[in-house]
Amino acid sequence: MDEVFSFVFLMLASTLRVATPLVLCAMGGLFSEKGGIVDVGLEGKMLMAAFFAAATASVTGSAWAGVAAAVLAAEALALLHGLACITYRGNQVVSGVAINIVAAGLTIVLGAAWFARGGQTPPLVGDERLLPLFLPGAGDNVLVYAALLSVPVTWWIIARTRFGLRLRAVGEMPLAVDAAGLSVAWLRYRAVLLCGLLAGLAGAYLSIGQNAGFSRDMTAGQGFIALAAIIFGKWRPWPAFGACLVFGLLDAIAIRLQGVRLPGVGEVPVQLVQAMPYLLAMFLLAGFIGRAVAPRAAGVPYVKEH
Amino acid sequence: MQALTSATIELCDIEKSFGSVQAVRGVSLRIAAGAITGIVGENGAGKSTLMSILYGLYRADSGDVRVDGRPVEMASPRDAIAHGIGMVHQHFMLIDSFTVLENMILGAEGGPLLAGGLAAARTELARLAREYGLSIDPDARVADLSVGEQQRVEILKVLFRGARILILDEPSAVLTPQETDRLFRILRTLKERGVTVVLITHKLREIMAVTDHVYVMRQGRVVAERRTADTDSEELAELMVGRKVRLDLDKALPRHGKVVLRAEQLSLVDERGVRLLDDVALELRAGEIVGIAGVTGNGQSELLQVLAGIRPPSGGRLTVGERVFDARHHGSPAEMRTLGLAHVPEDRLRQGMVAAFEASETSILGYQDEPPFTRHYLLDGSAVGAHCSDLMERFDVRPRSPGLRSSHFSGGNQQKLVLAREIARRPRVLLVGQPTRGVDIGAIEFIHHELVRARDAGCAVLVVSVELDEILSLADRILVMFAGRIVGEVEPGRADERTLGLMMAGAQAA
Repeated sequence: MDEVFSFVFLMLASTLRVATPLVLCAMGGLFSEKGGIVDVGLEGKMLMAAFFAAATASVTGSAWAGVAAAVLAAEALALLHGLACITYRGNQVVSGVAINIVAAGLTIVLGAAWFARGGQTPPLVGDERLLPLFLPGAGDNVLVYAALLSVPVTWWIIARTRFGLRLRAVGEMPLAVDAAGLSVAWLRYRAVLLCGLLAGLAGAYLSIGQNAGFSRDMTAGQGFIALAAIIFGKWRPWPAFGACLVFGLLDAIAIRLQGVRLPGVGEVPVQLVQAMPYLLAMFLLAGFIGRAVAPRAAGVPYVKEH
Repeated sequence: MQALTSATIELCDIEKSFGSVQAVRGVSLRIAAGAITGIVGENGAGKSTLMSILYGLYRADSGDVRVDGRPVEMASPRDAIAHGIGMVHQHFMLIDSFTVLENMILGAEGGPLLAGGLAAARTELARLAREYGLSIDPDARVADLSVGEQQRVEILKVLFRGARILILDEPSAVLTPQETDRLFRILRTLKERGVTVVLITHKLREIMAVTDHVYVMRQGRVVAERRTADTDSEELAELMVGRKVRLDLDKALPRHGKVVLRAEQLSLVDERGVRLLDDVALELRAGEIVGIAGVTGNGQSELLQVLAGIRPPSGGRLTVGERVFDARHHGSPAEMRTLGLAHVPEDRLRQGMVAAFEASETSILGYQDEPPFTRHYLLDGSAVGAHCSDLMERFDVRPRSPGLRSSHFSGGNQQKLVLAREIARRPRVLLVGQPTRGVDIGAIEFIHHELVRARDAGCAVLVVSVELDEILSLADRILVMFAGRIVGEVEPGRADERTLGLMMAGAQAA
């Protein structure tokens, strides 16, 4: 009995650990998309944040400085995205993709130039990392709790506050927001900046919480998985959280299944197991989520006639 | 709420251009407090632009807006709202996925948290419902409401913001007659309660039914101002349509050939159940030009789409040449083309061409699979270019550059190119929507001339136009459409603007 209990506990803890960056990213993306700005650049923001978190933590010796640097780095990219998509009314997908490419390249170049370790940051030890708070060994650092808290808070902001109402409105019909005498651009900038904040935390978690340092391309598509979670959740915080947990669980199973011999199957190829979350994403996106109910104006720049 | 009196609004010498088009030319008018003022005019007369300037959506090039005699800056809707001006737009500014209450409070939430604002709005909504007879379920999602109810939400939204001056832009365009009557009752109640109402419309019946005062606009100017009690539909129709210089067209009498297109009991019902075409019957004979007159939105566009095979009819029969189509066996645009039916769409930028394509590509659009343009699955660029150059020469399209993007030609030259493409196929039936919309005078003459030439060559031409002069000078027979029906047929020799205007406005169903 104890064994079952401890197995369930370990799986749960492992799921939550893996799901934390997804949850933070998904909540960030939710703000952006609810406000009508599609964000394919979650991945890039998270990667950039992860790099600056590890680099700063390694140089200053403070994990908190790392978190701050991560948020600043992600916000810089968020602002760039806002500038391209809101102020200059550019194509949001192109801007997001560009951010991903910039982040992938810049982290490697800067890493190689500053630390000369083939794009990695030096391994972090002690206070350079975010350490578990209550359960040693479970990896429950402060950002795990932040991720758990981000879901009700996101829900509350979107559903219950003036800002949330306006945010939803600007994602559905910016013209109506404009006609109501509100600023479309300022609302959307705030949405994009909230997204940057949460993606920054997600990145910091990856490099100084879950792992002990930055390695190249360490986000490995998790930004896109978060994006998929938003879609499965139909742009609602709780269902999106659920989707993140499902992805997290699959990942946790994948880690557990590595090297395990299953009866009748033999050893499961690691690559196949690791591909599971991505396969699930494609499978679900291909039509198992019913009618997608994206914010109507998502992806469409707001152009005011004069 | 305290009893507020509304202000008097004056517009002084307002001018507004969009690009090279002058939409409003030196308009001055006065909106009296506590009355219903009507602004009537044909589509494109500048009514909506003028009101958008008053509401701060557009900025006037010159002139000013005065509230109680003081000039005020209307830089954005926020300014207008601050002066107690509210607008009910033709296309509702409502968020479908929001509830009525959420829509009401957007922009006037009364605090950072919604709960308080929603509760207050609920109370206020109940009060407004009592006072003005505007009942509505506050928790219904807007998407689930009927169009009439959505409009009520718009009006409530404006009142909720404390507006005492209400602008309604073509409010009845989307309403059923019953809903329109209900709207008028609401407007009268608003007036009794001291609210100033501005009604923009092109329907004379509405002006006569509900306004105290009316301004008539034509081509961006105010051409008349009347007390509603001192005028009648006939005078207004004449003022609205105007006695423009008729473009005289030298044309011989038509030589009627056999019937090449026949529509019988044609109907079209959209997905919301609105009847867009209702029992339409018409015949087109070879060698005649039939003109369809009507105010925009009375089924002319839909008729063209059905005849061209773009939209399948919901009922009735359509015979083109020897082929018979109905709701189940309907034609496609390509099929219609093979039957010798050519179509110059009303919206040439979106349907007649691909704006980003080169002129040469526009010149074969719809015929691109045919030789000599396509051989062995490949486009023959030089054949396409030569064809385009030839069309440009024959139809005087300027500049003569087949490689230039279609969007870089002027409206008149674009239209000539599209018309050239369709006429060059020597069609048996030619459908033309708004042949000269946005086209300069010189090109108008040319286009009219070409249409008559096509007729003389034995083509059956159907022209839909909001320009009455155009219909009068081109058509051998005139059909008038109103509310999806053909309400009358007139011979141009015996038609005048006044009778046609009245029929178009639905004032008199012939």
